[in-house]
Amino acid sequence: MSDTKGIAEDLQGRVYSNAPVYSVSREKIREFARAVKAQSAAHHDVAAARELGYADVVAPPTFAIIVSQAADAELIQDPTAGIDFSRVVHADQRFTHHRPIVAGDELSATVHVDSVRTMGGGAMVTTREEIVDQEGNPVTTALSSLLVRGEE
Amino acid sequence: MQTPNAASVEKGQSVGRREIQVSRADLVAYAGASGDFNPIHWNERFARAVGLPGVIAHGMFTMGTAVQLVTDWVGDPGRILDYQTRFTKPVPVPDAQADASPASGGTTITVEGKIGAVDEEKGTARVDLTVSAPDEDGKEQKVLVKAQALVRL
Repeated sequence: MSDTKGIAEDLQGRVYSNAPVYSVSREKIREFARAVKAQSAAHHDVAAARELGYADVVAPPTFAIIVSQAADAELIQDPTAGIDFSRVVHADQRFTHHRPIVAGDELSATVHVDSVRTMGGGAMVTTREEIVDQEGNPVTTALSSLLVRGEE
Repeated sequence: MQTPNAASVEKGQSVGRREIQVSRADLVAYAGASGDFNPIHWNERFARAVGLPGVIAHGMFTMGTAVQLVTDWVGDPGRILDYQTRFTKPVPVPDAQADASPASGGTTITVEGKIGAVDEEKGTARVDLTVSAPDEDGKEQKVLVKAQALVRL
């Protein structure tokens, strides 16, 4: 156990699926788009989004991080997982969009702990968040690697 | 806006370059929008206490702003099918100088994109982004590595 700094030995393979449903609003899409300086009219203007064939304003490509990180909270806060969040560094991130996220979506995310690897004095925890809509159809698959630094 | 056509897009072709100004105020706005309130992104004392050069940008802020070059090139954010990166270096965001507005100052992230691959059959192209920003000594560093967006043309 000393090599993964308190991280549960059976963490790999765990699944967390109790995050509340995330309701995607027009205003949150607009707020997030402004925050990442995204000026495409499809993020802000319903008519422009509909002209492109979407039901409503379209989320920027990294918007899913909100849903993904909210779901990760269950893992981070699970005392039996043993992840010290103050030692976590975001190492890499990927989003695969099965379809764009639009306002009106009701999204549910399930977190899968795909791998836990020892890295020097710490550990690299790779999670996969599968985000689905209200019909259960896949929307986005997010992959995140978190480096949990070891004690100095 | 005209969507680029798979037949006319070539590997190695530039999709442009842009500079993104980042102030402390931008990080506060991103914290609120994303829900990521880690104090290393807004509190100098806390950031230094954990060994950082000062307040740094959220990696997701850098990833999120960098892709706008691709969105604007392809003309439709829904055409970005896949987007990934590794976070290699922090982006320090200095406070505004002396009595200047807290919304001023900060740093500049530079983004350049070029076509890394084209799949004419699938009608997709991969855009490779080079993203850099100055470190605490002012030396330009690559802050994202393997930043790639797959777009449907």
